[in-house]
Amino acid sequence: MKKVVRGFYAIADAVRLSRPDVIAAYPITPQTEIVENLAAMYANGELGDAVYITAESEFSAASIILGASAVGARAFTATCAQGLILMSEVLFNAAGMRLPIVLVVANRSLSAPLSIWNDYQDSIALRDAGIIQLYVENNQEAHDMIPTAFKIAEDKRVLLPFMVCVDGYKLTHAYESVDLLDQETVDKFLGPRKAVVKLDFDKPVAMGCYASPDTYMEFRVAMEFAMERAKKVMLDIFNEWYEMIGRNWGGHIVAEKCEDADVAVVAMGSTVALIREVVKQMRKEGKKVGVVKVRTYRPFPSEEIRDALRDVDKVIVIDRALSIGAELPLAADVKSALFGLSPEFHSVVTGLGGRDIPRELIIKIIDDVLEGKVKPGKRFEGVKEFEEVIPYTEEVIS
Amino acid sequence: MSLFGPGHGACPGCGIPIVVRTALEALDGRVIAVNSTGCLEIISSQYGRNAWGVSYIHSLFENAAAVAAGIEAALRAMKREKDGHIVVFAGDGATYDIGFGVLSGVMDRNHNIIYICYNNEAYQNTGNQQSMATPPGAATTTTPVGKLQPGKVGRRKDMISIAVAHGCPYVASASIAYPADLKRKIKRAAEFEGTKYIDVFSPCVTGWGIDGKLTVEVARLAVETGLYPLVEFENGQLVRVRKIKQRKPVEEYLKLQRRFRHLFYHPKGKEIIELLQRIADENAKKYGLDA
Repeated sequence: MKKVVRGFYAIADAVRLSRPDVIAAYPITPQTEIVENLAAMYANGELGDAVYITAESEFSAASIILGASAVGARAFTATCAQGLILMSEVLFNAAGMRLPIVLVVANRSLSAPLSIWNDYQDSIALRDAGIIQLYVENNQEAHDMIPTAFKIAEDKRVLLPFMVCVDGYKLTHAYESVDLLDQETVDKFLGPRKAVVKLDFDKPVAMGCYASPDTYMEFRVAMEFAMERAKKVMLDIFNEWYEMIGRNWGGHIVAEKCEDADVAVVAMGSTVALIREVVKQMRKEGKKVGVVKVRTYRPFPSEEIRDALRDVDKVIVIDRALSIGAELPLAADVKSALFGLSPEFHSVVTGLGGRDIPRELIIKIIDDVLEGKVKPGKRFEGVKEFEEVIPYTEEVIS
Repeated sequence: MSLFGPGHGACPGCGIPIVVRTALEALDGRVIAVNSTGCLEIISSQYGRNAWGVSYIHSLFENAAAVAAGIEAALRAMKREKDGHIVVFAGDGATYDIGFGVLSGVMDRNHNIIYICYNNEAYQNTGNQQSMATPPGAATTTTPVGKLQPGKVGRRKDMISIAVAHGCPYVASASIAYPADLKRKIKRAAEFEGTKYIDVFSPCVTGWGIDGKLTVEVARLAVETGLYPLVEFENGQLVRVRKIKQRKPVEEYLKLQRRFRHLFYHPKGKEIIELLQRIADENAKKYGLDA
């Protein structure tokens, strides 16, 4: 049923439809409204037998869903920014224990300086945790990807946590027309969780054992294998979704107009919608521009990206996070995917801490590259001229 | 298969296996054990050499209470909550220090679990560093004895009172020197709905510097001096106390342990011994320990 709703509601509603057993969360802007909506559903008896727990920190919320998942339950949490970083110790652990928890990250920048606005520094910081990361472009995709996330995470070939990354405010608080799923459809797509291993009173198992140097490495390499298998499982399940629901979100990436492109722009999240509009307009003007939307960030779809950009002369990657002191995070992975092809490569960071990314800026970034006005490499767009306060000058101290 | 061991790697004379075996037996093995990182985890859960006869999970150092809460919530959601008990085994470092906030949240929400702190009064797994359960005067590697410092300065945290203040339905202290009492307390705890907290005094032979055969004697002396009173609270009311016929001076307890030996020659030693005696006297008064 199509309804005009805000992102947080579209997300909460999809969580409800996925029939979780345990939801544990802690409020943090701009994620709060997701769990507030779930709390209201719980208060009204709309979550079936689920238990909703307001934890005293994100660290505990993550630990609670870890415990719940270990005993065979379907478990969910949502967070962002400082909350995600506070959870990080638990999330690395949950991934290592191969627990298929699902979390929504309402992407927000990290402190300092404190900022409640959107970029991807929070989830990018957890890229090495062994968690599947998928970035959505709009609230319909967010709604659709939540049952999908549970199905992929819980697949016995995968068994890894799943993080659905949704732009904080830009999507979570935006009103959009969303076709809200019904219970019957979701039940048909996503059955109850069938845990492969779980804590049981009658059949003892041990989870979270420590590993000596002669066993540790195999556990970690097994995660790598699972992530690799996830690539295929995800495509199958995306396809299953398309066949059942009729909405095709594509595979790990969506490449548009890249076949004959002189320049292709690679990006994630809601920014892709804007880039697509710009590309459409530029094409009308006769400029050969393409766009690649990266949906799956972990496992990183290197082969798909290489195929899409094989014949493109110039590549622009738009990052919305830094890896301070190194190549930009998304750009680094794209570059590695293109190893040996050597297109002209532009790594652009913009839109940090909620800094607006206007249409004109996207046009400028593309035009500059098309016209050869800028040198390849890393650069910052949308940054004002400023004087560094650190290192302190003598004047500042006195 | 036995409920715990054989095959665990505890030191000879370690109190921890007594705590675990007593608890698992008291609950007829109907247990999911949740363990924080620490001595117990290291001696019992090496991959391929697991010593547990019940389902066991170890996640992190500081989150055992919340993991147990998640298990409890999930069993409730899946209508399996009557199947058995969820028991946390955590050391004093995990309980008094790093996991304190997490435990407070669990106590506040009153999840239906039994939380057992095996209290050996320092971070013993990593070689005897101070925790908030370390008593005044104890030498640890982070509160070493020097010309100026006579071991740990300051009192220890009173977890029993803190648990009672959270409104926990059942709170008790117990000791490996009194296993029958410990067993009874665990059985009693299981009768209550909500978060039950039991602090179990469990000497560490290496960290405390005691002879392995003296573990039980040292633990008994902690009780008989009044330094570690055995008490029991039900719904916030003190219901039972282990009375002491003839309270012994604290020196009798201190002199058996290397961690306290400096108190008998350090310039500030006498002061600390007096403080410890005062603490024992206050405990006796507070709980009416003297028979």
